[in-house]
Amino acid sequence: MKQKIGTAVGCLLILIWCLLPVAWIISLSFKSQDAITNGSPGFFPADGDGAGWQNYIDVWNNDQFRRAIFNSIGISLIATLLSVIIATLAAYAIARLEFKGKKFVLSTALAIAMFPVVSLVGPLFDMWRTFGLYDTWPGLIIPYMSFTLPLAIWTLSAFFREIPWEMEQAAQVDGATSWQAFRKVIVPLAAPGVFTAAILTFFFAWNDFVFGISLTSTESARPIPAALSFFVGADPFNRPASLLAAGAVIATIPIVLIVLVFQRKIVAGLTSGAVKG
Amino acid sequence: MAAISMKNIVKKYGDGFPAVNDVSIDVADGEFVILVGPSGCGKSTLLRMIVGLEDITSGDMIIGERKVNDLAPRERNLAMVFQNYALYPHLTVYENIAFPLRLAGASNDEVDRKVREASKTLELDEHLERKPANLSGGQRQRVAMGRAIVREADAFLFDEPLSNLDAKLRGQMRTEIARLQKKLGITTVYVTHDQTEAMTLGDRVAVLKRGVLQQLASPRELYDNPGNLFVAGFIGSPPMNFLPAEVDGTTVKLPFGSVQIPAEKAEKVAGKGLLIAGIRPENFEDASVIEAKDAASTFTAKVEVVEWLGNETYAYIPFEAPPEVADQLRQLERDLDGESLRTQLVVALDGTSRIKEGEDAEIWIDSRKMHLFDPATGENLTIDREHAGRVLDHAMSEAAEQPAAAG
Repeated sequence: MKQKIGTAVGCLLILIWCLLPVAWIISLSFKSQDAITNGSPGFFPADGDGAGWQNYIDVWNNDQFRRAIFNSIGISLIATLLSVIIATLAAYAIARLEFKGKKFVLSTALAIAMFPVVSLVGPLFDMWRTFGLYDTWPGLIIPYMSFTLPLAIWTLSAFFREIPWEMEQAAQVDGATSWQAFRKVIVPLAAPGVFTAAILTFFFAWNDFVFGISLTSTESARPIPAALSFFVGADPFNRPASLLAAGAVIATIPIVLIVLVFQRKIVAGLTSGAVKG
Repeated sequence: MAAISMKNIVKKYGDGFPAVNDVSIDVADGEFVILVGPSGCGKSTLLRMIVGLEDITSGDMIIGERKVNDLAPRERNLAMVFQNYALYPHLTVYENIAFPLRLAGASNDEVDRKVREASKTLELDEHLERKPANLSGGQRQRVAMGRAIVREADAFLFDEPLSNLDAKLRGQMRTEIARLQKKLGITTVYVTHDQTEAMTLGDRVAVLKRGVLQQLASPRELYDNPGNLFVAGFIGSPPMNFLPAEVDGTTVKLPFGSVQIPAEKAEKVAGKGLLIAGIRPENFEDASVIEAKDAASTFTAKVEVVEWLGNETYAYIPFEAPPEVADQLRQLERDLDGESLRTQLVVALDGTSRIKEGEDAEIWIDSRKMHLFDPATGENLTIDREHAGRVLDHAMSEAAEQPAAAG
């Protein structure tokens, strides 16, 4: 009994620690701009300070904001999709085939993942302007992929190694080509791994700020984290904190949704059953 | 339906390790052939070469009329049951069985008809919508067989299919496999290390040791006329007893005393010096329970341990073996994956025998069934070649020259 109470208290502390900033942002997003400028210390808006849904409506009616959300969703989804497809194929080859330079591929992938993002931004900025990729979707998708692929390949090849060889061999004896065996047997079995890789990639792409702000100049490709920082309103000395808070909350919603959806898939995959017992 | 013909099959791995060495086996159409041997003898490798999951280093693999050496597994039209069943965990039982049909592009009606037919044969009807993870070992085994029988393959291949089951289920599934094979009349190659499965299931049994074929014969022939010490020790449970023996005329001198053997046997081993005599436990009997006993064929020995099983009694009688025979016997024991601490005689006596532990007992021996082996080469000198199937001469010494498998 004592232990149970201890666990509950511990969980509560951690939850408060993690969720307090989120709660505060939500609190801010429901206060009016004036209230924040004048100082509104309470968690719940004081009388007359509440803005209701007005901040959300204002932010949503802002063309720049809507465009940024659209950019973010599009870029992140495309980067995730491409990254997962390429990583799945590459990881399968690494897990199953014997070829020269396998170690090299794996260690290079790891080395790339360890590169500080900031150190690449300068050269990329120059390159992208020369190639005409600056301020375009591909200009962001490519760096996102190159930073998420290594992790995805490592995760997935671990998953593929777990799948017994017999699965493919059985499929081949049953009349499948190598491709059919891969698509109909191996990929469904590796689904939890695929979704894990997808979530990680999506996180990275969605949360990225450095690339987003350095490799874009207009709203044609600017993703939401960068766009929020440009969201200064009319008076640069008086930032619209409540609008920003509302925008931040809206920007969080897609990622929460995606995690919930994918998480169910991961759990379903993990419980789908073993080979023997 | 097709015959499978293996001609001088060799498998060498990249590091030069020879897993299968010059093995030739013909499996007739509709025949049930067992590949048996201790672990690391290359039996599974041979099976995987038939199905196409291992490359063939040299030799010809002919299925039906086709040479299949370079064909992919899916082009060979064989069905295989794996040791761990290799069911697809993400598919239902129905879809598992339907998998080969779907790959072949069968229509939904055809798939449904054939899957239902197979599931009826294997009594899987009520499990069709379940996932493999929710099935028992025996049910999974049946699903794996369903996947094999549904597609009308040229031959069935089994890779130790019963080794994951408990003893009782193993017996049931063994009968089930035998019944199914007889019913479908399909060519079958079955790999096992269990000699009971080998004896009960096979039309013919191929005994392998370290990648070398030792003998290919019917179970009865293997049992009655083993080609060498290895086959003799491998087939039969409890295993054949091996004793040092010296032959003088028709008299064989054993550690416990002398017995007479038939003249034609004595002729074959005349002047060979020290030999190894092989006698199966059931060829002994308690002299007191035998009516018409032959005085020349009894001896008296001190019984160390007695195990009474109801229908029969096992008695253990220790003996000393001279070093040259003892070495060979120890080596043999290792080859058979066994580990006995002492040289002892195991005799199976009638259940009514009253012999007690620690007593001197008079044991009768059926010397007509005795085999005499050359201790150096391990070959059976008293073999009846007409009733021994295909015996490969020098197979045992050839196998001894092969490096032992790691696993």
